[in-house]
Amino acid sequence: MFDDLRDLYQEVIFDHNRNPRNFRVMDNADRKVEGFNPLCGDRLTLFLKMNGDLIEEASFQGSGCAISTASVSLMTEIIQGKTEAEAEELFKKFHEMTTGKDEHFNLEAIGKLAVLAGVREYPARVKCATLAWHTLDAALKNEQQSISTE
Amino acid sequence: MTGFDVNKIRQDFPILGEKIRNKPLVYLDNAATCHKPQTVIDSIVHLYSHDYANVHRGVHTLSVRSTDLFESARTKVKDFINANSDKEIIFVKGATEAINLVAQTYGKANIQSGDEIIITAMEHHSNIVPWQMLCEQTGAILKVVPISLQGELIYEEFEKLLNDKTKLVSVVHMSNALGTINPVKQIIAAAHARNIPVLLDGAQAIPHMTVDMQELDCDFYVFSGHKLYGPTGVGVLYGKQALLEAMPPYQGGGDMIRKVTFTETEYNSLPYKFEAGTPDISGVIALGAAIDYLTAIGMDNIAAYEAELLSYATEKALAIKGLRIIGEAQHKGAILSFVLDKIHPHDIGTMLDSLGIAIRAGHHCAMPVMDFYQVPATARASFAMYNTKAEIDVLMNGITSLIEVFG
Repeated sequence: MFDDLRDLYQEVIFDHNRNPRNFRVMDNADRKVEGFNPLCGDRLTLFLKMNGDLIEEASFQGSGCAISTASVSLMTEIIQGKTEAEAEELFKKFHEMTTGKDEHFNLEAIGKLAVLAGVREYPARVKCATLAWHTLDAALKNEQQSISTE
Repeated sequence: MTGFDVNKIRQDFPILGEKIRNKPLVYLDNAATCHKPQTVIDSIVHLYSHDYANVHRGVHTLSVRSTDLFESARTKVKDFINANSDKEIIFVKGATEAINLVAQTYGKANIQSGDEIIITAMEHHSNIVPWQMLCEQTGAILKVVPISLQGELIYEEFEKLLNDKTKLVSVVHMSNALGTINPVKQIIAAAHARNIPVLLDGAQAIPHMTVDMQELDCDFYVFSGHKLYGPTGVGVLYGKQALLEAMPPYQGGGDMIRKVTFTETEYNSLPYKFEAGTPDISGVIALGAAIDYLTAIGMDNIAAYEAELLSYATEKALAIKGLRIIGEAQHKGAILSFVLDKIHPHDIGTMLDSLGIAIRAGHHCAMPVMDFYQVPATARASFAMYNTKAEIDVLMNGITSLIEVFG
């Protein structure tokens, strides 16, 4: 029935929405930033445990649509063990992929995150996918204020 | 219902023939804005093709024609809401501007530090923020009547809030987020017993029921044209003549003056005193065409048909496991707000859109209502006279299927 939406709602997204990974409050977090899109109501808090410039652990809490939940869940999996620079590089690539400016974007280079490429065709939903990453960007820059992509 | 034929009505709305994502459009976002019948569209084309010029000034033929059409639309609005006089009908941009106008003219002239303004917990932002701004400017205090879990105003709490400091009551006639129709006659009577004027935000109510100024006896009534099958950019402020006469003007400019020198300006009489600058001429005339269209069908017929639609939709919705209706007032207009277990309204909105179904997902410009129900947003299907039970079936099948897909 929802054939047209197969690119947007891939099974991996449903899976992460049903069972978000790293979904917990981190009491000893070094960085903690809130991402909040008041218009749609997506809200998350991102926690990072740092070891020098290495992201040792990442977790989140919050509620939102399937796209934003899957995006933050996937992100916390992928950034663990990455350096700040590597994570920033991924953010850049993710941003390029979701905003769809580069038609020849190499989906293989972004690995698992490619499941979110479908939002390119849904301009109203790009902000859902990118909220997690903008929040991460703020956390890495050690900013405290709440982040929004609306 | 005498002669109400939804299939015939649908023929009058060209957009209802559109295909969305290769499927027939099922348009259920009428509380945000509704579609226009051909006569409304034609009235704009006809005006610009044959009768258009600026109003209220030229002596030439087109200006006279344009002015006649413009002023006859004012009379149509007056008759439609049963006001006493054309002087009580002020054309503005929409309901939002009408409320701002009252806040910044009547409000500033009559409300002082320590005075109180009463609204309810189910207001649209447009009936919250203008009063907050006035409170900030004057030192007045905003009081909010709470609502019950069913989405009904708690009337006893309203009565408790009324006191000698209350200077204005501003209440939504029908809630856009919940569908609740408020007991406005009771509210007006209680306020009037203390000589407190009442403004009704009629943006949602007016397309769904007969609205009669003599019967309601409210002091101000506001609505937008685009929710009444008319165009965007035009709305109406109704005010009792004596109140409007005593109010200072809103904006200064052309049309609202009688005589201007550099030392002194004499303001124009009602309703022009509040209509500075060239108005939305085609918008007003097209709103008149929308009113002609609705009058021919009959607002009571529309109300009866929509009540049938709402009860059909409610019954179907309650049968869906995991669906919770937000707003279950006894007295309700054709709005069905709902949430689904573990499925965010924006996912609902995107998935239904892929089936050609347009609903609203979000906070409906009523964030305090969302906070009250502790939901980030709701999905909302809102019905108009051109919707059908078959369309409600398409919606409900869509909801059932998306619940399956989400698992």
